[in-house]
Amino acid sequence: TLVARSLLANDFQEELVIRPLHSGDIYASFQFRTLWETDFMRENKVSHYRLFPKSLGQVISKFSVRELHISFTQGYWRTMQWGQPFLPSPPGAELWVWFQDSVTDVDAAWKELTNVLSGIFCASLNFIDSTNTVQPSASFKPLGIVNETDHRFLRYATLPREIVCTENLTPWKKLLPCGSKAGLAVLLKSEKLFHSSFFSQTVHIRPVCQDRECKTTSWELRQTLNVVFDLHTSGQGKREWSLFKMFSRTLTEACPLASSSKIYIDVTDNPQEEYFELSPATPLLSQAVVLGDRRTFSVYDLTQQLFKSVSDLLPAGSMLRPLLHAERYVAGYGLQTGEIHTVMYNNHPFRSFPVLLLDSVPWYLRLYIHTLTVTSKGKDNTPSYIHYQPSKDRMRPHLLEMLVQLPPHSVTEVTVQFERALLKWTEYTPDPNHGFYVGSSVISALVPSSVAMDTNITQEQPLFSSFFPCKEESSYFVRVYTEPLLVNLPTPDFSMPYNVICLTCTVVAVGYGSLYNLLTRSFQIEEPNPRLAKKIANFIRRIRGVPLLS
Amino acid sequence: MLAAIIMLIFICFCVHFQNTAGQFFSSGHTNNWAVLVCTSRFWFNYRHVANTLSVYRSVKRLGIPDSHIVLMLADDMACNHRNPKPATVFSHRNMELNVYGDDVEVDYRGYEVTVENFLRVLTGRLPPSTPRSKRLLSDDRSNILIYLTGHGGNGFLKFQDSEEISNVELADAFEQMWQKRRYNELLFIIDTCQGASMYERFYSPNIMALASSQVGEDSLSHQPDLAIGVHLMDRYTFYLLEFLEDIHPASKSNMNDLFKVCPKSQCVSTPGHRTDLFLRDPGSVLITDFFGSVRKVEITMEQPYLLKVQEKTYSYVDQLPVSEIIHQKPKQKDWHPPDGFILGLWTLILLVFFKTYGIKHLKHIF
Repeated sequence: TLVARSLLANDFQEELVIRPLHSGDIYASFQFRTLWETDFMRENKVSHYRLFPKSLGQVISKFSVRELHISFTQGYWRTMQWGQPFLPSPPGAELWVWFQDSVTDVDAAWKELTNVLSGIFCASLNFIDSTNTVQPSASFKPLGIVNETDHRFLRYATLPREIVCTENLTPWKKLLPCGSKAGLAVLLKSEKLFHSSFFSQTVHIRPVCQDRECKTTSWELRQTLNVVFDLHTSGQGKREWSLFKMFSRTLTEACPLASSSKIYIDVTDNPQEEYFELSPATPLLSQAVVLGDRRTFSVYDLTQQLFKSVSDLLPAGSMLRPLLHAERYVAGYGLQTGEIHTVMYNNHPFRSFPVLLLDSVPWYLRLYIHTLTVTSKGKDNTPSYIHYQPSKDRMRPHLLEMLVQLPPHSVTEVTVQFERALLKWTEYTPDPNHGFYVGSSVISALVPSSVAMDTNITQEQPLFSSFFPCKEESSYFVRVYTEPLLVNLPTPDFSMPYNVICLTCTVVAVGYGSLYNLLTRSFQIEEPNPRLAKKIANFIRRIRGVPLLS
Repeated sequence: MLAAIIMLIFICFCVHFQNTAGQFFSSGHTNNWAVLVCTSRFWFNYRHVANTLSVYRSVKRLGIPDSHIVLMLADDMACNHRNPKPATVFSHRNMELNVYGDDVEVDYRGYEVTVENFLRVLTGRLPPSTPRSKRLLSDDRSNILIYLTGHGGNGFLKFQDSEEISNVELADAFEQMWQKRRYNELLFIIDTCQGASMYERFYSPNIMALASSQVGEDSLSHQPDLAIGVHLMDRYTFYLLEFLEDIHPASKSNMNDLFKVCPKSQCVSTPGHRTDLFLRDPGSVLITDFFGSVRKVEITMEQPYLLKVQEKTYSYVDQLPVSEIIHQKPKQKDWHPPDGFILGLWTLILLVFFKTYGIKHLKHIF
């Protein structure tokens, strides 16, 4: 009975949400969730893994991880054209981890954890060290169940330069119970996925409530893949799409290990099938409140019907304007100073809400915090909470966290001036003229919602609407990432050491050498070499003992 | 009589069995490893990445698993923004063969490919937190294939346009490997300009080396693809790939066939090889001794059982608890000195000054 119980508490669900966007793109979001009721933290280690991947289970128990969130993204999410994503992620790689209270040396555990993850995901996560790790004091609260939140156990790092390619997707696919052989993961072919405007793959591990009473917790592993296809550049002229055109594969069957395998198509803009139609048609419709908006979805259940493909036409019409949106850019000229501007837009007509801005700037951009200004609608807007940790050269980056109240229908601008530092010549990358990246700012906010959110956390909700825990009905939590910045640092000419050595040695050789010769060289007269006959004659004379010829 | 015949047949069978078993272990190695390195960065060095990936592909096809391959690519060509077909790296014109494929694991990529990391991988002196996939965990019964490609010169190989490894360093690294018993036999292949200079200094036993060109010669690239805009492969590796495509895991081709790959008519440069440090005769060394794999598989059918525990109520945390955040830090007030303090201080200073130097200085101040 014990065995049967533990097997039942292991659950795998997969779903795909397809949402046609108004800019002519298609947003496809895959979510794979494995739930497992087990305790990684007890003494005798867990050794039988069924649906949960063993590599991640061993990482959790070895490093006493409470929560782990890692994302690899290629491209930037355009909020104004595409709306809000289900799960936001910044360009490059991002990793944030909450450790258990029992960890004594969090920094050592963090260092080892990044190395192990770099091996699992074939990424250069080992470049995460103290120069790009920060410990946020108020952002990134745990998304799972936890006893208390002491921010000493939180670490956050981004690598904006990290490239995502098939070598990251391959180990990610291998973590799924069915791999890429059955179920929705069959559609994940790299040639189509990377030929897109936006690609993001993430892994989220956290403890969640098992049911409404929340008496027991289980570990949840969510693997999500978000991709936005631009159908115009990828060769589709007409405004219609199908699963085969997007992924160049068709679905055959659901993953046999999955308890549910569903596809949701967003048909909110097409209530009476006047603009477009789905084929094959399905009578199943469901409604879900996601990101403050009530949307209607057509549902296809792969476990029940034999499934070929879906095709559809793209909708016309207006889209719900995103309420929170942010931009960031560098102003100034030259290679000495500059100014970082972060601009936040509050598009709500009458409500204001607070946002928490987290900025992590590398040490080689020396921020002048006395020039920090926050203005809304032209007037000064003092943040109610500021946490600033200054950088230490080659050891720590700047950390700036501010809680700013955004007035309704306004633009808030945060500016800070900086100075560029000169690095040591060994610290430059092999291609320093490309520039140096500054990670994205993170803006966390509770945005007021016009539609009541569902605060019951049950299993029947679709996966894409149940990621962020919802405590109150009138607002929903969003995290918005700005663009990363690319800053040029003053770059030396790396051939100069060679030039200097050559020039100096030449000057020394010519100058000192000539002088030494002049001072120490002496001239002697030497007889020319005698002819052969004379040599023989001299030889005979020497034998005879007679004086030699001259 | 019958017993004698049966005995004879039995002995013949034993001898035959012994022969095949002996043949199986004649090379003396029990596992295979491969270290494949591309040392060039930037889009116009696409062909070096394609070279390395085509050797990776052949080696995987012939049986060496990803866990025994250390693949180092100094730049990303497949998902480079200049690549008109993302997630692909082609080796043949007209996009015939995608050597990147769908199942690739790159262990060292981008800035991680440095001379220091390469030498650390070879000698095994890596920091303790390095994951297994980044280590060369070979023992004294391992046959290792080492393939290097990039830009090189007489006695050096350039890493990422910023540092070099010299042939002396490489020879010393191999000697360290020999002294630590990290290889049984080593096959070293290099495809760079003046590649033969890199194996001139080897002095450790059991090393066989191949290079694409002699000292004073350049290795040339094969063919450009006009759609992608760069040269796709180098000549030596192109013909090496063609040769390896004909090899299958049970093939009996030996090293003498490998030495004949890419003669001067095809390669324009003269490929060279060095076998004086190798103990066995190259004619008896199979290609699959280095490019293929010996693997032992053990199957277990055990299944351990689990346990369970506990009773408590939990809840989620507030994502943005505004009041908590604001009151987290006590409000910092600037310290000002008490009123009149500065005035009193200056009065005191002036009084002491005039006391010491006399009142006559007062008119100079006021």
